[in-house]
Amino acid sequence: MDKIKEKLQQTSQATRSERRGRFISFLALILILVVVIAIFWFVAAKGLATFFQNHINVWDFLSGKTWDPSVKGANGRPEVGALPMIVGSFLITLLSALVATPFAIGTAVFMNEIAPRNGAKILQPVTELLVGIPSVVYGFIGLSVVVPFVRHVFGGSGFGILSGTFVLFVMILPTVTSMTADTLKSVPRYYREASLALGATRWQTIHKVVLRAATPGILTAIVFGMARAFGEALAVQMVVGNATLLPHNLVSPSSTLTSVLTEGIGNTVMGSLQNNALWSLALVLLIMSLFFNVIIRIIGRKGELR
Amino acid sequence: MNAKTADKIATAVFYAIAGSVILILAFLLGYILISGFPKLTWQFLTTPAKAFTAGGGIGIQLFNSFYLLLLAMLISFPIALGAGIYLNEYAKQNWLTTIIRTAIEILSSLPSVVVGLFGFLLFVVHMKMGFSILSGALALTFFNLPLLTRSIEGSLAAIPNLQREAGLALGLSRWETVTHVILPAAVPSILTGVILSAGRVFGEAAALIYTSGQSAPALNFGDWNPFNISSPLNPMRPAETLAVHIWKINSEGIMPDASAVSAGSSAVLVLAVLLFNFLARWLGRRLYHRLTSATN
Repeated sequence: MDKIKEKLQQTSQATRSERRGRFISFLALILILVVVIAIFWFVAAKGLATFFQNHINVWDFLSGKTWDPSVKGANGRPEVGALPMIVGSFLITLLSALVATPFAIGTAVFMNEIAPRNGAKILQPVTELLVGIPSVVYGFIGLSVVVPFVRHVFGGSGFGILSGTFVLFVMILPTVTSMTADTLKSVPRYYREASLALGATRWQTIHKVVLRAATPGILTAIVFGMARAFGEALAVQMVVGNATLLPHNLVSPSSTLTSVLTEGIGNTVMGSLQNNALWSLALVLLIMSLFFNVIIRIIGRKGELR
Repeated sequence: MNAKTADKIATAVFYAIAGSVILILAFLLGYILISGFPKLTWQFLTTPAKAFTAGGGIGIQLFNSFYLLLLAMLISFPIALGAGIYLNEYAKQNWLTTIIRTAIEILSSLPSVVVGLFGFLLFVVHMKMGFSILSGALALTFFNLPLLTRSIEGSLAAIPNLQREAGLALGLSRWETVTHVILPAAVPSILTGVILSAGRVFGEAAALIYTSGQSAPALNFGDWNPFNISSPLNPMRPAETLAVHIWKINSEGIMPDASAVSAGSSAVLVLAVLLFNFLARWLGRRLYHRLTSATN
């Protein structure tokens, strides 16, 4: 009798495996959370050392125009002005998004509203494929096609913001296009039918109904593309010229946050000011990536309310 | 201008935009494949690179890329699978779940160079692992985890609740239902997600230049003991991958035929991504038919 009682009261094999499985899968999830926290912790600790250990003024860092951490400036402080890189990054990001947006929206509209059959058959697989092309390949093409082209047409060395813009435009175009196409697809069919039934032409339907309804999604796609452009390192580094100067014009060699990082980290000694200053640039990148995330969330929430 | 003319003009504009985008994309693919194709010989694909003279291959880099991909997948798949299962099958709607979902989203949007720098700091410097395949594989894991987790969660979410109810009705526990009913049904779409993410990992370079390093020491392909330094399997050796190789020879190389080698390497990378794409589609469809006895 006791034996049966004991057997009934103890936890079964299934319960134990349930608990174990649930625990292990929970651990995996927690691991991801730990990784994210660790990334922020490490990068912030390193990046803030410039300001707390080396006593660089935050404002000097953000607005200084000379980047030469190994040399002391007129005021006796090392020259760690990150403004050229910050301007370079923002300029390239904004310009490439500005060029890519009309193309992306146009292509997505073409795929969904004008020639859905051919669009789905040719354009969609190709854009999806291009999303997966490695960024170094874009950089290489930039180096062997875009840079000579820019040098030929606009003068200068060919390296600079303009070349970076062209490369990033082609790079984020597939991403923005396929995200925009997905949003257009999720606009209910009866919106279009209602508009056409009122006697609107296809163009009127597209720009007064479909694009309006899809605006939050399209904005998300653009911000997403900008986040990708802002964080892209190698493709930009290969064509931007890597001179830590404020860009005079679009064809003068300049640099971005990511390009200075990829070049510098290996050539500086851990813990030195030169190195800490680079980590501060990484921290700026991290904060900007968070900022893009917040914008996407805000757009998403605003879109829901409507 | 009346509405009909406007409509016609707009349609023409859309055709022009789509046409120019198709042209750009076709030029891009065509340029990579055509300029790289003459380079793709067996000799190019198997011989080691030469730093100062022309005629080097990409043999070691190609091997490194695949080995690194394999290790990164071996590490990240179980974690992503566990996380995906918990998120879809167990997680309740509470603050912790919200935080974790936000964290995954943030991780997926981090620039890969930041992930690489973190890997450099943690593994290469603090843990003293040096520039090694293992450091690179771990950095790639961080890079890969958020997307893989979301794709696995999506695959599980696509399995109808009827299946879960059927499992529970048979007296299975939740975990048994997941492992015996839900996972087998989700295998095709999980596999598609894994292969697509493999394509992304294969071409990643920014996360690797400071973790797995930028040098490719000579390997002895007759020695498969992972503890020997010249063995291809040794996870503690520095390993330049194909994508890093392209960046390296273009930005600071002194190789006389750098642009031909990069063209060939780019073609290999793009062909690999193409292959991963087709494989994902084909295998997904095939496995779906096999596992669900669906007919064509």
